[in-house]
Amino acid sequence: MATTFSPISVFAARLMPKEQRFVSGHRACQGCAEALAVRMVHSILGRNTIVASATGCMEIISSSYPDTAWTVPWIHVAFENAAAVASGVEAGLSILMKKGKIPQRKIQVVGMGGDGGTADIGLQSLSGAMERGHDMIYICYDNEAYMNTGIQRSSSTPYGASTTTSPAGSLSIGQHTWKKNIPMIMAGHKIPYVATASPSYPFDLAQKVKKAAKVKGPAYLHIYACCPTGWRMKPDMAVQIGRLAVETGVFPLYEIEQGVLRITHKTPELRPLKEYTKHQGRFRHLDDATLEEIERRVLDEYRKLERREGLAL
Amino acid sequence: MERRIGMEASIAMAEAVGLCDADVVSAYPITPQTHIVEHLSELVANGELDANFVPVESEHSAMSVCCGSSAAGARTYTATSSQGLALMHEILFIAPALRLPIVMAVANRSLSGPISIWNDHSDIMAERDIGWIQVFVENAQEAIDLTIWSFRIAEDKRVSLPTIVNFDGFILSHMIEPVLMPDREQVQDFLPPFEPLQRLDIDNPVSMGPVGIPDVYTEAKYVQHKLLTDAYGPIVETFGELEKHFGRKYRPVETYRADDADVLLLTMGALGETAMTAVDERRKRGQKVGLIKLRLFRPFPYKDLLNAIGDKPVLGVMDRAVSFGGPVGPVASEVKAALFSARKHPLVPEFIVGLGGRDTSIADFHSIFDDLFEAAERDTTPDPRFVGLRE
Ligand SMILES: Cc1ncc(C[n+]2csc(CCOP(=O)(O)OP(=O)(O)O)c2C)c(N)n1
Ligand code: SF4
Ligand SMILES: [Mg+2]
Repeated sequence: MATTFSPISVFAARLMPKEQRFVSGHRACQGCAEALAVRMVHSILGRNTIVASATGCMEIISSSYPDTAWTVPWIHVAFENAAAVASGVEAGLSILMKKGKIPQRKIQVVGMGGDGGTADIGLQSLSGAMERGHDMIYICYDNEAYMNTGIQRSSSTPYGASTTTSPAGSLSIGQHTWKKNIPMIMAGHKIPYVATASPSYPFDLAQKVKKAAKVKGPAYLHIYACCPTGWRMKPDMAVQIGRLAVETGVFPLYEIEQGVLRITHKTPELRPLKEYTKHQGRFRHLDDATLEEIERRVLDEYRKLERREGLAL
Repeated sequence: MERRIGMEASIAMAEAVGLCDADVVSAYPITPQTHIVEHLSELVANGELDANFVPVESEHSAMSVCCGSSAAGARTYTATSSQGLALMHEILFIAPALRLPIVMAVANRSLSGPISIWNDHSDIMAERDIGWIQVFVENAQEAIDLTIWSFRIAEDKRVSLPTIVNFDGFILSHMIEPVLMPDREQVQDFLPPFEPLQRLDIDNPVSMGPVGIPDVYTEAKYVQHKLLTDAYGPIVETFGELEKHFGRKYRPVETYRADDADVLLLTMGALGETAMTAVDERRKRGQKVGLIKLRLFRPFPYKDLLNAIGDKPVLGVMDRAVSFGGPVGPVASEVKAALFSARKHPLVPEFIVGLGGRDTSIADFHSIFDDLFEAAERDTTPDPRFVGLRE
């Protein structure tokens, strides 16, 4: 099945900003789609942005003193608290503006973290920040493991993937739990905007980032971030793998606006899962029976998502 | 004009924060800190304090929010105690490294286990090395004065470091005492508006909290140590300013009837008040005991302490926490470290008192004084004693 863009996205190509806020020279691995996604997000968000980053790959590779890849104000405090720090920045800016101590203008506060910093150790602080209704965007860059510390499993690691703490072995298929669904947990917070996105679909991603920025109150973006190093695959395949993740139904693209779900990239017929897994060393040990079992569940989850389209969640 | 008024110490402290016009208050409730944050929420809810109150889901997030808001350039306050302070632990180290002048009250309380809501200094002694300025107060008036002062010293550009006001849970936090509450104008005269060293500003973008490779980490830590040590000068200077504005005198180390004393006892925090009463009683009996009160815990005032001790033969140290399996009393171990470089030093008997809300009575003080005189007579240091321990 050929990939299709929604008509509005095609025209958006020329509207994609050229100026970068997350600039080259950083230390990410070759072919890192997490760095690619960060670059895209911030070229869209532009200048009037303040970023609070969690510890993790993106923090480490972008801020080795005295260098920085950030041309917008950026702060890193710790691993599990990026959402809290961002909410503090927002609380600080808004009261200073109210009291006339700094000029009144729109400044987009962004919290960012990896899947570990978001789905595991940082989930509580994220939940708090979203529930309190701060006017901020939180972005999870999901590379499906703790990459910065050496490819350990997270609750966002997919079923069957071999990582250094969920290694495949004679008694283990690797990760034996299903990926935690953080976007739906965020939707449960009744925040105005939740979306999944992927740098393999830049225009879809651009629209979602813009919507998230426009929304008054908290917005949550869950961005698929292929990590060739941790997934044990060729670095020049990151963008293609991102496409296959969507086309096989592994990572569906959707948004939940004011509680209503819409799949933004429809894939009525999913591609065989193997097309996705065969390129990645982390799945190499899986036998056909296991792959089929995973494929059935992926399909099942995808159909469930389709059934929820247009419904108020 | 100041108002003379009877007020609970916690409420007085919150009122002081209001007078300082804090921009952001972020906190999570824990006994015995609750009255401070409840009162601050009220001040905000009634429009008496124009601040953002951020009711976080944990103390870890409270300190994280404080880091964010302070980095954004907002005057930032929080308060906690015990388990809450322990939960902040990780972030406490980061605030001074980022030079964020957050002010925090710690209503000192014991640590679990067993769980105990009552007063001692276990919580703050576990946070000795976090790199914050730390003072201890003895009564509600000091709580007001030193809260106002904390914003001034923390935000002083030569310093720009976070500051903790330690005040004993319940035995001070919940006491209603007569105080002189300054007015807004007086506070404004003393406390200039907050101008951060650097802040998250879209017109002057900076990266805060970068990775410190081995090439720079040592230097970063050295600078941090030097900054906190050198804060001593501005601390004494601003104590002087505080006296000029409010007429009350504060010193890094304070003494009571110490000059002509034969034996000395060192305390920290609210027990100092009872200690003074005990000293007076003893003096009436013709026995010369004196008191040293450690007001400034960080930076540790080595010189002032040595001056206060002089050539006295015995200095008892009261500790309200235990360094398990180690030097027993954390304050005593600091004091001994301070004395080690002196040519001559006194015997330093150690007393562990008032753990987990155990009352420290005048009689306890007398038993301690007895020990001090005995130590002087025998010229030997007794083993550390858990005062009032039931066998
Ligand atoms: C409290 C704490 N625990 C553990 C760590 C070690 N640590 C740093 S980054 C990281 C994993 C990051 O994983 P993720 O959030 O998924 O980001 P990624 O590096 O994969 O982009 C871990 C475990 C830490 N810095 N702090
Ligand atoms: S380990 Fe993965 S996520 Fe981290 S920089 Fe390398 S490719 Fe990117
Ligand atoms: Mg990750």
